Amino acid sequence: ISKMYHKEKSIHMKSSASSLYNSLSVLRIAPRCLNCFTVVHANVVNMVSASWDGLNYSHRQLQSKEGNVATSSSLIMQAALCVLPSRDLLVLTSQKGIQMYESDGSIMVYWHALDTPETPTAKVVFARGIAAVREKYICVGVSSGSVLVFDVPGKGSNIILSEVLEEHKEAITDMASECSGNLECIADLVSADDSGLLCVWKSGEDFHLLNKIPGFDTCCSSVNLWNGTVIAGYGTGQIRLYEGVTGILHAEVNAQARWIYSLDFAPFTGLEREELCLISAAEDSWVRVWHVSLTPETNSVEIEHMYNECVTDTQICGAKFCDGDGYAFAVTSYDLSEIIRYTQA
Amino acid sequence: MSQRTLPLLIINLGGEMIYILDQRLRAQDDNDDKTQRGRWTDDDRKRVMNDIVATMFNKAFLEELLRPQDLYSHRALRTVLTRLAHASIMRLNQASMDKLYDLMTMAFKYQIVLCPRPKDLLLITFNHTDTIKELVKDNPSLVNQINEAQRQLIEVYTPLSDGDFELIRHTLLVLFQDMQIRVSIFLKEKIQNPNGHFVLQTSGPVPYGFEVPGLIRYFNAKGQEVRRTRFPSGGNYTSALRQGSFDLSGDRVTILGTNMYNTPSSQEMDPSTTSNSTRKQKQADTTPNPLATEELNLLAKLMGGMEVQKILNVDTGFKVNLLALDQEEEGIGISEGTAHESSRVINIQATQDQIASTELARIAGEFDEGGSLTEGPGNKGDDLLAMMDEL
Repeated sequence: ISKMYHKEKSIHMKSSASSLYNSLSVLRIAPRCLNCFTVVHANVVNMVSASWDGLNYSHRQLQSKEGNVATSSSLIMQAALCVLPSRDLLVLTSQKGIQMYESDGSIMVYWHALDTPETPTAKVVFARGIAAVREKYICVGVSSGSVLVFDVPGKGSNIILSEVLEEHKEAITDMASECSGNLECIADLVSADDSGLLCVWKSGEDFHLLNKIPGFDTCCSSVNLWNGTVIAGYGTGQIRLYEGVTGILHAEVNAQARWIYSLDFAPFTGLEREELCLISAAEDSWVRVWHVSLTPETNSVEIEHMYNECVTDTQICGAKFCDGDGYAFAVTSYDLSEIIRYTQA
Repeated sequence: MSQRTLPLLIINLGGEMIYILDQRLRAQDDNDDKTQRGRWTDDDRKRVMNDIVATMFNKAFLEELLRPQDLYSHRALRTVLTRLAHASIMRLNQASMDKLYDLMTMAFKYQIVLCPRPKDLLLITFNHTDTIKELVKDNPSLVNQINEAQRQLIEVYTPLSDGDFELIRHTLLVLFQDMQIRVSIFLKEKIQNPNGHFVLQTSGPVPYGFEVPGLIRYFNAKGQEVRRTRFPSGGNYTSALRQGSFDLSGDRVTILGTNMYNTPSSQEMDPSTTSNSTRKQKQADTTPNPLATEELNLLAKLMGGMEVQKILNVDTGFKVNLLALDQEEEGIGISEGTAHESSRVINIQATQDQIASTELARIAGEFDEGGSLTEGPGNKGDDLLAMMDEL
């Protein structure tokens, strides 16, 4: 499969993107018709709903609100659009806590405050790492290493914190859930932290730790989970593919020349193997598209490089596929007030 | 965000400021124009440098900086740096200080953006302290002060993880977000684009600890490598250089944070090369580097009319007499994004430094006598300012 992409008309935002891991979140509202993008700028989330050709779009800027404070100055670490079977939610994580909104940002449905110390200490407190898991969980990471599990009802605001998972010792960077729909997959969630440690979990009334894959004191900034395979991007510019439950390393790619900030994939099933398009982006200005195939019978993984795009003179902090098959992707970079889009030629 | 950002911010920005002021004062000395009202001798320059450095590396000042705390706002930051600039017999008026602040912030932003690994922020800081030490090397007690400061930095920062440093870097990038002031020297050296964004090379050595992109390795269940394939990386990357030294002294390897205004051989704007690069060196030149000084011409003109009075009482200071300028130097563009009014011609009125010192005194006067940690943004930096008054 050869994929070549060309640049489309960019979508302009009201403010520039901050330099954060996984800074771009995309919701496919109507495939090939409408996308909703969220990009963080300091304490504000830029939300843009855009038509497929990028010509029609509407903006919304969501100010971070915490507790009773109308607008908060605390910095947002991540914003993610979470898809659950019954509803979509927008989740923001910041220095003060976690906010959950209806996916258009119109109403806040839940607010969870983090324990912050009275006087400043050297260890800063924040939440980061967001994943929607199975039917009803939203998991959020914390700088202490804890993973908070929230139980989300089909509608309404009766969201409760059901569990706190304590395995990581360093700040959580990113989390990802299994969304292949493959019932044979045991692992539902993978969490990553600043030391590169990966924890693989099974969800349920009580989440259960399946495996811990140690890091090498290198931050794992972005992680994905597909059919039991963990795909992780590191601060060393490397991508590693692990079998989640056993921790076996399938492959290691010397992918980028700077810190990786974003990894995303678009899955599609082949006849005998599971295949997906993977996209990696880093501060070195390169976006790279890969083709990954998993063969369950032989338990083997193959990763093949497909395409390079140099987004000149930018430190990329977010790159996501806009649809289910890798036809189009969008890119955000530090200090840039546009979402740059590419589609297959 | 990160509570450990302030010391690195002040030392690096202060360092850039010192480079600029030092270069300007040297250029004053070289200026043979006898019609100027006053001249800065080399002794004057050294005195100014010594005074500013002594303030910046004062023990109590540093202790206050190193306390875990939030970053200052731009306003508070500028006030602190203005105080630093005025720690000696030299005075700058508002416009000059604005210009100086723009230059030093864009220079440091450049270093942060190009910083290869988050931990290299410390090497950039050490490049600044190394160079400052060199500038005041005739003053052993000052050198000791800087060494002591460096020891404290080493103690505080070397235990931090990459994630901690990345958070510091993120905090700095938020502070400098959307600052796109175009700087002539950067534009001419092609390290900044006309739109204000910095040029990011896709070539050169990868950071220490990185592998050159292009290799895929496969492993079996026992962890043994069984196969490798290659892919085109698109860029022109080479292997990492040796790691820079995090000791009190040593080869820092990166040139980010070294004095780019220095004459004449640091025309190397490409930070991927080392100071021992084999690239062609420009011939040693005794006259000030025209490219380096072009950006600072405005500053020079503004400071040119200074009267040098050898007075002991610093409070009366020097009135800065400034020449009205007919024509602004080309190329110092100020983008719409900043707070400054964009103007191609700057007319400078002669001002008295009393206006400036009154404002600073007023700000210092707002300092809460209780000395407690207050949350309001207006109080940030007040402790520091009050302390600087006592120095």
